[in-house]
Amino acid sequence: MALKMVKGSIDRMFDKNLQDLVRGIRNHKEDEAKYISQCIDEIKQELKQDNIAVKANAVCKLTYLQMLGYDISWAAFNIIEVMSASKFTFKRIGYLAASQSFHEGTDVIMLTTNQIRKDLSSPSQYDTGVALTGLSCFVTPDLARDLANDIMTLMSHTKPYIRKKAVLIMYKVFLKYPESLRPAFPRLKEKLEDPDPGVQSAAVNVICELARRNPKNYLSLAPLFFKLMTSSTNNWVLIKIIKLFGALTPLEPRLGKKLIEPLTNLIHSTSAMSLLYECVNTVIAVLISLSSGMPNHSASIQLCVQKLRILIEDSDQNLKYLGLLAMSKILKTHPKSVQSHKDLILQCLDDKDESIRLRALDLLYGMVSKKNLMEIVKKLMTHVDKAEGTTYRDELLTKIIDICSQSNYQYITNFEWYISILVELTRLEGTRHGHLIAAQMLDVAIRVKAIRKFAVSQMSALLDSAHLLASSTQRNGICEVLYAAAWICGEFSEHLQEPHHTLEAMLRPRVTTLPGHIQAVYVQNVVKLYASILQQKEQAGEAEGAQAVTQLMVDRLPQFVQSADLEVQERASCILQLVKHIQKLQAKDVPVAEEVSALFAGELNPVAPKAQKKVPVPEGLDLDAWINEPLSDSESEDERPRAVFHEEEQRRPKHRPSEADEEELARRREARKQEQANNPFYIKSSPSPQKRYQDTPGVEHIPVVQIDLSVPLKVPGLPMSDQYVKLEEERRHRQKLEKDKRRKKRKEKEKKGKRRHSSLPTESDEDIAPAQQVDIVTEEMPENALPSDEDDKDPNDPYRALDIDLDKPLADSEKLPIQKHRNTETSKSPEKDVPMVEKKSKKPKKKEKKHKEKERDKEKKKEKEKKAEDLDFWLSTTPPPAPAPAPAPVPSTDECEDAKTEAQGEEDDAEGQDQDKKSPKPKKKKHRKEKEERTKGKKKSKKQPPGSEEAAGEPVQNGAPEEEQLPPESSYSLLAENSYVKMTCDIRGSLQEDSQVTVAIVLENRSSSILKGMELSVLDSLNARMARPQGSSVHDGVPVPFQLPPGVSNEAQYVFTIQSIVMAQKLKGTLSFIAKNDEGATHEKLDFRLHFSCSSYLITTPCYSDAFAKLLESGDLSMSSIKVDGIRMSFQNLLAKICFHHHFSGLLKLWPRAAQEVVERVDSCASMYSRSIQGHHVCLLVKKGENSVSVDGKCSDSTLLSNLLEEMKATLAKC
Amino acid sequence: MIQAILVFNNHGKPRLVRFYQRFPEEIQQQIVRETFHLVLKRDDNICNFLEGGSLIGGSDYKLIYRHYATLYFVFCVDSSESELGILDLIQVHLEVVFFIAPKVHYILQEVVMGGMVLETNMNEIVAQIEAQNRLEKSEGGLSAAPARAVSAVKNINLPEIPRNINIGDLNIKVPNLSQFV
Repeated sequence: MALKMVKGSIDRMFDKNLQDLVRGIRNHKEDEAKYISQCIDEIKQELKQDNIAVKANAVCKLTYLQMLGYDISWAAFNIIEVMSASKFTFKRIGYLAASQSFHEGTDVIMLTTNQIRKDLSSPSQYDTGVALTGLSCFVTPDLARDLANDIMTLMSHTKPYIRKKAVLIMYKVFLKYPESLRPAFPRLKEKLEDPDPGVQSAAVNVICELARRNPKNYLSLAPLFFKLMTSSTNNWVLIKIIKLFGALTPLEPRLGKKLIEPLTNLIHSTSAMSLLYECVNTVIAVLISLSSGMPNHSASIQLCVQKLRILIEDSDQNLKYLGLLAMSKILKTHPKSVQSHKDLILQCLDDKDESIRLRALDLLYGMVSKKNLMEIVKKLMTHVDKAEGTTYRDELLTKIIDICSQSNYQYITNFEWYISILVELTRLEGTRHGHLIAAQMLDVAIRVKAIRKFAVSQMSALLDSAHLLASSTQRNGICEVLYAAAWICGEFSEHLQEPHHTLEAMLRPRVTTLPGHIQAVYVQNVVKLYASILQQKEQAGEAEGAQAVTQLMVDRLPQFVQSADLEVQERASCILQLVKHIQKLQAKDVPVAEEVSALFAGELNPVAPKAQKKVPVPEGLDLDAWINEPLSDSESEDERPRAVFHEEEQRRPKHRPSEADEEELARRREARKQEQANNPFYIKSSPSPQKRYQDTPGVEHIPVVQIDLSVPLKVPGLPMSDQYVKLEEERRHRQKLEKDKRRKKRKEKEKKGKRRHSSLPTESDEDIAPAQQVDIVTEEMPENALPSDEDDKDPNDPYRALDIDLDKPLADSEKLPIQKHRNTETSKSPEKDVPMVEKKSKKPKKKEKKHKEKERDKEKKKEKEKKAEDLDFWLSTTPPPAPAPAPAPVPSTDECEDAKTEAQGEEDDAEGQDQDKKSPKPKKKKHRKEKEERTKGKKKSKKQPPGSEEAAGEPVQNGAPEEEQLPPESSYSLLAENSYVKMTCDIRGSLQEDSQVTVAIVLENRSSSILKGMELSVLDSLNARMARPQGSSVHDGVPVPFQLPPGVSNEAQYVFTIQSIVMAQKLKGTLSFIAKNDEGATHEKLDFRLHFSCSSYLITTPCYSDAFAKLLESGDLSMSSIKVDGIRMSFQNLLAKICFHHHFSGLLKLWPRAAQEVVERVDSCASMYSRSIQGHHVCLLVKKGENSVSVDGKCSDSTLLSNLLEEMKATLAKC
Repeated sequence: MIQAILVFNNHGKPRLVRFYQRFPEEIQQQIVRETFHLVLKRDDNICNFLEGGSLIGGSDYKLIYRHYATLYFVFCVDSSESELGILDLIQVHLEVVFFIAPKVHYILQEVVMGGMVLETNMNEIVAQIEAQNRLEKSEGGLSAAPARAVSAVKNINLPEIPRNINIGDLNIKVPNLSQFV
């Protein structure tokens, strides 16, 4: 036997081993493929031998070949043979090969189940280890199901080496066999507190991966992780936990508050950059999730920004990159704190590293405001000039356009400036983004009506200049802007200064070198232009001039008729015939201009990009049904070659624009400067006349001549955006001066004794009104557009299956399939015998435990409740200064009873603390409480017998009928909704502030994208103003202090100041936000109307019946009444509705017990009372007749009363 | 999660290819080539992160790489991994690596398992690998001796063939590893 082995080894030494193979491949550089195929043949021979060492050697070589890209799946069976070798050396080779080449489609993989199980239970830890490692790479659902229980046992192995591997592989098992998650989870959780740091780290790893996908299921682990975070010293573990917290905080803002302090401590103390960076990241996530300010809020942001600045200033490029990355996260919610580091970020634009430059560009995108937009874009423009590589320059170009056009050109105050920027960008040679610039030109010219005149003048200059034509052969090149220029000049030809000149420019012979689609636009717009010239000439009575234009058309159009492009040819021939016809008519002196311009009458409006999609399908129309039976399949393929053709066309060689253009431009610039210098009306930047005014005292007394700067200033020649920067500065300065003046005037008035309003809105520097009356035409949507509900969630997402509630108690059926030793018979059908074995093992257990089962279930339920309470309790306590507020260890089932009562006590305490502590978000809490109470009330109304009286703790809850059930109603009414977001709102008055109401807006993300950068902008009216943070203007949106992950909703509250409350009113507003998903981010907006009804100014106020009687008797109140017919609802419900929707309450009686509140009701008659935030008393007498209700009201303000009654009528009419 | 670990030399020849998600061999090669071209054009003094290779992963994925003398170490990870952490991990792996493909694999198996980081403590990794090497030697015993002798002779005869990649000039200093572990 031994001899035979030695003989085998001697045979073997002449086989190639791995080193020989590698060496051989290097020596056969020329014919590598041939050499390898030869080697594979040898390997195939070796695999046929019995000697396991030879086989292992062969498999080892195959593994190497696999790395080089050769398919080795044919050797799968041999790999399994080597895996089952008894020696570790060979086994390891086998498992390695398997882990590299096996996958779910490998059919022999099912043969490995028993081998792996054997190895898992091997006495050698390395056999076990190698099996676990291999399995982690090729585990299939079948393997996962069959081996889950074995791996579970290994999680409690004595050796930490095995334990950590077993813990880690569980994640893979969960992915493939989600049913195993719940049964295995308790043990996994145990491992978080394993004495071995490696095992602990593995468990943290697994739970973090799980939680990242479905964070809400792991919230209850927060206390445990918190403890780990404050106790662990392993940075890897700390990073993982801190990252996990970053994912959890958006779901539970209270958690964030608790985290701030330990994280801040870590930031101060750690020397590891990786840890510091992750801490900063999570602090940012916390700050984003907190919807309202907390005391050290700004301190934390400052700390983060400071640390990030250090990173960005570091010489290490990696840190710089990450610093910028994190900075962009802060930017979304706290743009102000980032903006102060603008210098640093602009500096990064000069970095040699392109990744860093691109990051800096991203940051700039979010940093712009009305104030600094021009400055930033100017900076970018200088970079455009300097940029060498076209890719980076193109990136800059797109960024400039993105920055300017973001959220509907929100930051552009001067569109002339923007147009001139776009025109400047057209001088870029060799860019591939010509169409982008063109699209912007079109968009601005169409949507900003005030700019059209200016745009047209610029576009005609573009059409006139030759350099664009020079690069005409390149598709998507800069010549694309001619497409826009031609269209704008044609469509808005009434604004053209010299239409005839432009017409000639468009008819130049060189135009025919342009791409076909541009020529087509030229041809079409030439006619528009022609029509308007004709009109002009005819009106002026210049018949000859008109005929000359026609002749020009007739002369030049044939060049387009000869075009190779079908579209151009067709349009040109059509138009040529038309013009010829006109010529004939003109010869007869027939006026034609009216009819020709009638061809282009009417305005084209922009249509929303999704409009088409949102047109509802008319009833009875089946879009999928065939209109005619299909002929054959081959027809649809006809279109394909065309698309290919288009693609090819894009890659034509480009031409260089001639240098002469640059000279020409320089010459013009000089000429313009001269002209400006000689022009006495040209406003030069310095010394600014306004500045002088400012310096002299008593500005307001000097009569200032009004110069209407909002009229577009004509800058001769091609514009230079720099000039606009100066002009804009001056304009703003002027605006400010004017405002100051106005303010002073107002103050004077006040001094005279007449105080108008107690709160004057303060205007800040940010309050810059745009130069043009920006009349952004909104995009059109079909009238009855459907809110499209697209659920983009990928049904094949493997992580979705792991969205499992882990707090639910385990049911008996939830067990990992346990497999007994298999005999040879069963092993043939490994899949079938599983359920059988399971059944066998379950039955006896059931009998034993049947009587205990119910008890246990109860206990488990209690435990679960307790867990939830635990978390609440843990979160609600104020964070103590000490590092860890040691969370209560999870009690075992035995302790459950005690623990439960304890927990209740704790909760009560917590509740008390909560109220004592000045909660930063009292309103939110109140809202939640209201909800709770409402549900409680509902429950009680079910249980309690009629007549029993509920103690009235809060007046809000009054009026809930005890006898009858009302469907639960929400005071939140729908504000607006689209496919991304649903807005509901509730308006509440407060007694403390006599002219303020709080508007609580609940935003619900119903898309699959993350919604961020949400901003609410509301158009104030004279009567109602939104309270904005200091320093922001009326035109700025107010940021919504959170982001919304898919499916999440959150509430934001805004305070409005109302002057007169006697009338209802509506405010227009817009919610703008960025929807980000895997495919990218889009800007969206949603318009809404806030309806402040008179009822929303009422506050439910209890009133004693005797006070009520006195009020009625006093005679100070005016009276009014309404009657509504056709009401079938019971009287109680009716009253409840009035209470709920209009904030009324019944009267309190002094009898039978103090503060017992009942709606005073005599038969079908009830008295009710409410009070407005400004102290108006409103008394109602509601009477029910047969099928009708009449309401008599008395109020200290008759307008308020009549409006209120109208609203009430509307409510009652729905009953 | 780590989705793939690629090690290739300055010419793009793969030295170690480890995917934790199944790709057919030809796609694997394509990914290696693409990644190689991505990292090749980057200077040594610019940052070590690359966003979104088109073949592997989506926008959530990052390539984190290090370049040592003749070798590129590239990790493709998703957002659950810490960027700086992975850079440190490459150091950890390097410290225990000799560049013979299967051996590197065995070592890598002790560092990363199934796409998740298994161990970051270098002493622990080295101890486990040494134990496995001892096991291998003891199993080899008598029967493996002749083969070892033959291969030794082969190597003496062909000195110009590198025993493997020359790692003499690799200056592997890990100054901040101690904070990490």
